[in-house]
Amino acid sequence: MAPLSMPTAVAAASSWGSELLLALESGPSPQPALAAARQRAARALADRPLPSRRQEAWRFTDIAPLLAITPAQLPPATTVPATLPSVTPGVVRLVLDGHGDPLAGGNLPAGIEAIPAADLEALLQETSTDRGEDRGANGASNHAAAAAGSEAPWSGLLAAATAGQILALRVRGAIEPTLELVSDAASAEGVLPLRLLLILEPEARLELLQVHRASAASLTTVLLEARLGAGARLSHGLIAQGGGAAVLLADLAVEQDPGSHYAFTSAVAGWALSRLEPRVLQSGGGATTRLRSLQRVDERQIADQHSQVRFEGPEGELDQLHKVIADGAGRSVFNGAVAVPRAAQRTDAVQLSRSLLLSDRARIDTKPQLEIVADDVKCAHGATVSRLQSEELFYLQSRGIAAANASRLLLRGYCGEVLRELPAAAAIWQPLAMVLAEEAPRP
Amino acid sequence: MIRPEAPVLLEIRDLHASVADQPILHGVNLTIRAGEIHAVMGRNGSGKSTLSKLLAGHPAYTVTGGSVTYRGEDLLALAPELRARRGVFLGFQYPVEIPGVSNLEFLRVATNGRRLEQGAEELDTFAFEDLVRERLAVVQMDPAFLDRSVNEGFSGGEKKRNEILQMALLDPLVAILDETDSGLDIDALRIVAGGVNQLATPDNATLLITHYQRLLDVITPDYVHVMAAGRILRTGGKDLALELEDRGYDWVDAELAALESAPVEVG
Repeated sequence: MAPLSMPTAVAAASSWGSELLLALESGPSPQPALAAARQRAARALADRPLPSRRQEAWRFTDIAPLLAITPAQLPPATTVPATLPSVTPGVVRLVLDGHGDPLAGGNLPAGIEAIPAADLEALLQETSTDRGEDRGANGASNHAAAAAGSEAPWSGLLAAATAGQILALRVRGAIEPTLELVSDAASAEGVLPLRLLLILEPEARLELLQVHRASAASLTTVLLEARLGAGARLSHGLIAQGGGAAVLLADLAVEQDPGSHYAFTSAVAGWALSRLEPRVLQSGGGATTRLRSLQRVDERQIADQHSQVRFEGPEGELDQLHKVIADGAGRSVFNGAVAVPRAAQRTDAVQLSRSLLLSDRARIDTKPQLEIVADDVKCAHGATVSRLQSEELFYLQSRGIAAANASRLLLRGYCGEVLRELPAAAAIWQPLAMVLAEEAPRP
Repeated sequence: MIRPEAPVLLEIRDLHASVADQPILHGVNLTIRAGEIHAVMGRNGSGKSTLSKLLAGHPAYTVTGGSVTYRGEDLLALAPELRARRGVFLGFQYPVEIPGVSNLEFLRVATNGRRLEQGAEELDTFAFEDLVRERLAVVQMDPAFLDRSVNEGFSGGEKKRNEILQMALLDPLVAILDETDSGLDIDALRIVAGGVNQLATPDNATLLITHYQRLLDVITPDYVHVMAAGRILRTGGKDLALELEDRGYDWVDAELAALESAPVEVG
């Protein structure tokens, strides 16, 4: 897209949001339990300016690719995209197209149930991101907003304001199969809004794999809210494979009770613009959080991750590793906020950001953001930006491995550190080939 | 073993080289025949490590004069990976750690590259596992190291054993071992040196780069070369190493000074 002059850009930006909301009003009505929540979110969204580089949280992230998307909902998929790999044993797959009920015709694994409409409305009152700014009004706990510090991110609000369907599940006990949630905008153009709510009861265990794919000028916008009760364990993988002009915005708001364990591993590549916002709130401390992410940019792509972890009680743990491969004229942005207020004594938090710069035209912005008030804590962070190490390359060459293969081997090793933590069911999606944009080997 | 009729494997003629425009080698001459074990000794900065890396094709070194012929072929014209596949092996002084790359997979890819060059069949995963387990015995290495990332978190001794394991798998014709004894305790030194001795045959040759005599107590060289200021200053038998041990390197300075006032051909 040709760069717009400033006044035109502003006009285009503000009209993009209102055009989208207008288009939705004339579209199909949302799932009844979601109607009120969606309306609130739409109002809040209308009051917010579109993100721009004048805002600190979007300083390095140009939303031009977003404005190039037609501001109208993606048409319903007539068939499940033929490009999806077949479902592997031990996996229950739900395909999300933003229109139909993903549970229609499918069976949920034992232990997982859809949350009934009446409960859902109450839950959305209580927890939803959609009220964003008016949470102070009724004083209700709003974990998503609290995790954000002051207000829900724009991406989550956008998803809440536009999603007409919500997949809301309650999980009890240890779930055997991996739950796979898949969206594929394929070559369709427009906006695909997705909203997910997961309640893990105390001691529940779930492996969740979220997959988003798109290959044309579409926006996939996702709001996932998850609550982990005491002792619950959620192993959460996200594979996001973009192509062409596709845009992904994902807001992942997770609230952990003490004694719970949350592990999130993401692999993102190929999007014109992607922004992932994992936001974890340890509401009483005492939980463990493990975050692993890998993003690759090439050509003129932008990949942005803004993560937030907040400890509101003592003895919480965080282990975070963010990795980047920046090639072509790609831009990578990482901002990792960790908040350790006075109540969070004996917090143990480690955050590491590692970036690999493969091109002189690529750009990497990485910023840890630790706010530590408690005095008895262990908090470490670090950031490195490097190139493929010439000594490593020479070592491999000196063993008969050609330079190109040696580079590939090193890159695979670099990615493997993150990818091996994806749920086992992720293998069918060939995340390594996706990240390295290689021809996938035949299974 | 010295056999005057044995084929010449490596022939270095008047080799000059520099790193970052700084001349390091000033005319090295060395001929290595099949079956021979050579030791190059010298102080730090004498150019002995440069020589070893240059022979393996390290990109940081630029050859500014002279030639290296390997089995009749211009070695310097070959990319590092081709030198390795044709049978030139460098055991690193500081083996590189490569996180995320499995040692077993790395060894298999490397071995198959060499095998193809030798006209042997590529080994599949199972056949390779059999081979590697057999070769582990050469350096008494724990198979657990195969499942780890290349050299990652290995101790100094484990890294050197891994080097000799690679040598055992790649079956080189000329093995250059750069300070393989450095950082090894006496037990590890015996194991590593024992591996090198097992792998030496009448058909291949070994070039040991070392600082100390102690490696030569366990691997008996046919020739000892003393290197200083980028040249080979003197060549002798194994007794020369003992003499160095006795007298130290001070006499080298005297010879160098004499050399600089009246340059003569050495080698």
